[in-house]
Amino acid sequence: MADTKMHVLVCGGTGCLSSNSSDIVDNLIAEIKAAGMEDEVKVLKTGCFGFCEKGPIVKILPDNTFYTQVKPEDAKEIVAEHIVKGRKVERLLYMDPEKEQHISDAKHMDFYKKQMRVALRNCGFIDPDNIEEYIGRDGYQALAKCLTEFTPEQVIEEVKKSGLRGRGGAGFPTGLKWQLARANDADQKYVVCNADEGDPGAFMDRSILEGDPHSIVEAMAICGYAIGASQGRVYIRAEYPLAIKRLENAISSAREYGLLGDNILGSDFSFDIEITFGAGAFVCGEETALLRSMEGNRGEPTTKPPFPAEHGYWNKPTNVNNVETFANVPVIFLKGADWFNKIGTEKSKGTKVFALAGKINNVGLIEVPMGTTLREVIYDIGGGIKNGKKFKAVQTGGPSGGCLTEKDLDTPIDFDNLVARGSMMGSGGMIVMDEDDCMPSVARFYLEFTEEESCGKCTPCRIGTKRLSELLKDITQGKGTEEHVKELKRISQVIKDTALCGLGQTAPNPVLSTLAAFEDEYMAHVKEGRCPAGKCTALLKFFIEADKCKGCTLCARNCPVGAISGEVRKPHAIDQEKCIKCGACMDRCKFGAIVKH
Amino acid sequence: MSNMINITIDGKKVQVPAGSTILQAAQTVGIHIPTLCHLDLHDIKMVNQTASCRICVVEVEGRRNLAPACATPVAEGMVVHSNTLKVMEARRTVLELMLSDHPKDCLTCAKSGECELQDLAELFNIRNIRVSGTSMSTYKKDISPSIIRDMDKCIMCRRCETMCNQVQTVGALSAVNRGFDAVVATSFEAPLNETVCTYCGQCVQVCPVGALTEHDSTWEVVEALNDPDKIVVVQTAPAVRAALGEEFGLEPGSLVTGQMAAALRRLGFDYVFDTDFAADLTIMEEATELVDRLTRHLNGEDVPLPLLTSCCPAWVNFIESQYPELLDIPSSARSPQQMFGAIAKSYFAEKLGVRRDQMVVVSVMPCLAKKYEATKFEDDNNQDVDYSISTRELANLIKRMNMDLKELPEEDFDDPLGESSGAAVIFGKTGGVIEAALRTAYEWVTGETLENVEFEDIRSTSYGLKVAHIKVGDLTLNIGISSGLGNARALLEEIKAGNPNNLHAIEIMACPGGCVNGGGQPYAHGDMKKIQARQAALYREDCGKPIRKSHENPSIKKLYEEYLVKPNSEKAHHLLHTQYTAKERV
Repeated sequence: MADTKMHVLVCGGTGCLSSNSSDIVDNLIAEIKAAGMEDEVKVLKTGCFGFCEKGPIVKILPDNTFYTQVKPEDAKEIVAEHIVKGRKVERLLYMDPEKEQHISDAKHMDFYKKQMRVALRNCGFIDPDNIEEYIGRDGYQALAKCLTEFTPEQVIEEVKKSGLRGRGGAGFPTGLKWQLARANDADQKYVVCNADEGDPGAFMDRSILEGDPHSIVEAMAICGYAIGASQGRVYIRAEYPLAIKRLENAISSAREYGLLGDNILGSDFSFDIEITFGAGAFVCGEETALLRSMEGNRGEPTTKPPFPAEHGYWNKPTNVNNVETFANVPVIFLKGADWFNKIGTEKSKGTKVFALAGKINNVGLIEVPMGTTLREVIYDIGGGIKNGKKFKAVQTGGPSGGCLTEKDLDTPIDFDNLVARGSMMGSGGMIVMDEDDCMPSVARFYLEFTEEESCGKCTPCRIGTKRLSELLKDITQGKGTEEHVKELKRISQVIKDTALCGLGQTAPNPVLSTLAAFEDEYMAHVKEGRCPAGKCTALLKFFIEADKCKGCTLCARNCPVGAISGEVRKPHAIDQEKCIKCGACMDRCKFGAIVKH
Repeated sequence: MSNMINITIDGKKVQVPAGSTILQAAQTVGIHIPTLCHLDLHDIKMVNQTASCRICVVEVEGRRNLAPACATPVAEGMVVHSNTLKVMEARRTVLELMLSDHPKDCLTCAKSGECELQDLAELFNIRNIRVSGTSMSTYKKDISPSIIRDMDKCIMCRRCETMCNQVQTVGALSAVNRGFDAVVATSFEAPLNETVCTYCGQCVQVCPVGALTEHDSTWEVVEALNDPDKIVVVQTAPAVRAALGEEFGLEPGSLVTGQMAAALRRLGFDYVFDTDFAADLTIMEEATELVDRLTRHLNGEDVPLPLLTSCCPAWVNFIESQYPELLDIPSSARSPQQMFGAIAKSYFAEKLGVRRDQMVVVSVMPCLAKKYEATKFEDDNNQDVDYSISTRELANLIKRMNMDLKELPEEDFDDPLGESSGAAVIFGKTGGVIEAALRTAYEWVTGETLENVEFEDIRSTSYGLKVAHIKVGDLTLNIGISSGLGNARALLEEIKAGNPNNLHAIEIMACPGGCVNGGGQPYAHGDMKKIQARQAALYREDCGKPIRKSHENPSIKKLYEEYLVKPNSEKAHHLLHTQYTAKERV
């Protein structure tokens, strides 16, 4: 980057790419060339900036200008004004919704202020397809340090000292996992990177692989050195074509640079990585199922023990970590275990990436130190609830997690706090819900997901999740009784106690956690036939409030089943027998006279 | 001892070797933890440890969830509770979940009374199923000549899959689909008869429920017996007499040959014959073939060796679909069942002066593949063997006719197709066919009388794979014996690799331990001691026979004199031999 004066970074993550960020790159390059500045200004397609809500993002360095929702045709103005004349394009700057001011420097945006980017440190800064840029940001120095200054045992010690815990869901201490794999002697061991990200709405692993693939390659090599493995495998879902392409590219450049292959950096250590594609089964994110799938078998979990550290891939000692866990590893060696250990809470060290989604203003990918509160995440970073609605709950941990409510907002987020409150960290999905969300329906959504994604091996998960989902269907369709709620609890508990793998054991969490916090809402469904959030169509009734109705007849004319009658200029009424609850009348009414409850 | 682990189960101190499961530890102190998917057949190197049913869950102190006893290894100081109320509630709910997706047609289910799920429902006094879910799995019933797959009843224990893939290495069955739709199926969910399935029936033998059962033919047999225009002839395979008694409460290994003949006669069969007769006939043909191939081999001719026995139809199916390149090595002799059918409907029908379509031949077999095999051989649209029923089906017929086998007198088989040697009866055990062949081949090759007819080296194996070296005069015959198709595969791979052990003859039986453990035998429910008791019974029967060599059977001699001329004659070839065809299957 030495002789260029200015860098234009364009987000090349999957989200922004689908909003034509490739064309933005092409147009910027063409305009810069036309202006004769191609030697001074470099355009880079980077990984995700995280602020997906306002994509595509274009960032200009060194002044850190952050343009949002850029269109390919804006390239001309950006080059003519900002690059040539040094005047920022006001209309493309981020508008702070509260202060109603344009913010030019990304550092001053609330979205970034409270974030701390460790795993995502290079995402949005470098061209992921260029190994030189990764090296330029200290890439592969951690590997070099490990190979030259540390014994494998010391590497493990350092990871243990850092306090890093697995980011895939359960939070198992990474250093201990490595130690267990090292302790088992074998002619061959394996390092496996779990990139089978499958939680609905989660995309942190994809973003890391797309934005900073070398960090994973480097970390896997460090892990290989630590546990004594010469073979690495990345199990990645085939639905991530861009991540796969960038990872493949990273692996082949690392080979060219002698950072993978035989005798890495002149040492005795040899290590190489191959990629295996997942076939789209959620359960293959579970490590034993993942290993079976990698072997070409049906992707089904097996009983633990034996753990993969003992009998893993092809029965050899295997260490499985997920993408985000690996992404943290090089930093630990660059900045020291002590540095890492100072971030976070007592038992959860470092940062965590969350995919913020749902009824929140700033949807996107964020990274915060462990211990940040939900309130900070939702209100400060996330910009609060959309359309000024009331916060109701936040679902963390995906299908294995649970819902947290108002009373949990000031809880510092870490592994143990979330579990203590009936949810879990999971891979870091965070879906915010407002007053319009019906909790039995939310539980039903997740149960339909796990029911579908259960591998079908053990009874509680195969049949139990089906039964839970049927019970929830009944409840949300107005066919539920108090017995249904009792049965939900009973079956949920037994699934938790008896299912074979993590998927099954955590599958009832969405039910149990919503029941714990919103039992009254379940009861309203089954006892009063009422959906308090107004979401369950089967339980709704539409009424015309006589005092507001002007008798314009618009509703009656738009009712597809002729359920509305009334004379002109007199209040109308809905025949509940005929009403199909489509809501067309409510949408059309100009006077707000139609209500549902 | 350092490799012993101390644990406590329900307050009892237990010491077991490291690596044992909680279930095994509990068994040593008489604590019976209920199981369903678990099946330990370590004698044949199969342990189904999928831990999928979750019936055997127990509480382990310090563990957050319940542990499956069948798959959880013991650890020093572990404290286990197998009978807490939490455990009971979990087992009950898991069982109810299972029952909520299981057809409630016990009244017409082939497995009723033998069903392990039914046993559990009984054990837990399930009187209503609290789980209110309504959906049930629905799969198309797959009806093959031998096996019926009714996957609505599958509980995903995966025993069949483990048996088919690990023990038999056939690979016809595997789990497919996800979640509630998950089920054990064939490749592309094709019907069994389009797959590599050999019909060995070992899957039926281990299925705990009614998902895999035999194709029942008992009512067809009753109808034939009721038809005044038909002469109904029955033949019973050697292994049947060593197991039938179990269905009537007799000790495993009880020989009920005489009672069985009496029962068959009372069922209304016109002639009660013995497949053993045909086994002797098989030896005449097969030993002739062996001696012929050996002689030509010794004369330097290029002849296909080793000779493979061909009595087992499942094994024939296996080689036809898995090793089509080796189809020149099996003996061309048909199985005893089919030799019997061919002789009954020619020689014996002629003796009686009836047409073949006036005669119905029923076979009682320990085997399900025989049902399929029966459909393969016919003349004039008339099968040589019309119906093949299993040992279990015969037991059912006898009970249906209000008879108790134990109370029946011992009777003899009818002549002439009921006379047999001791060599024939050991056909039902692994090693038996080759021993029978050697008794005859020895005398034919050496011209000397074989004094000790019991080949101890061959007899020493109950299951698995064995290579024996037998002195026949100046010659040492290298004999391979394998039971279980996985072992057969190992031997076939050896042959493909150029037969390094220079094997001259190989006996293969598809079922581990031989026909005594056939797919049609009384359910052993994982008790391999029963199989060994049946094996021992056949040796006892052999020992008690006045004639112990097939070529000495007077009825066989007479058959050749009157009809077939000599072994491998043109007529014998026409009636008693077959050809093999490669099968393309998924």
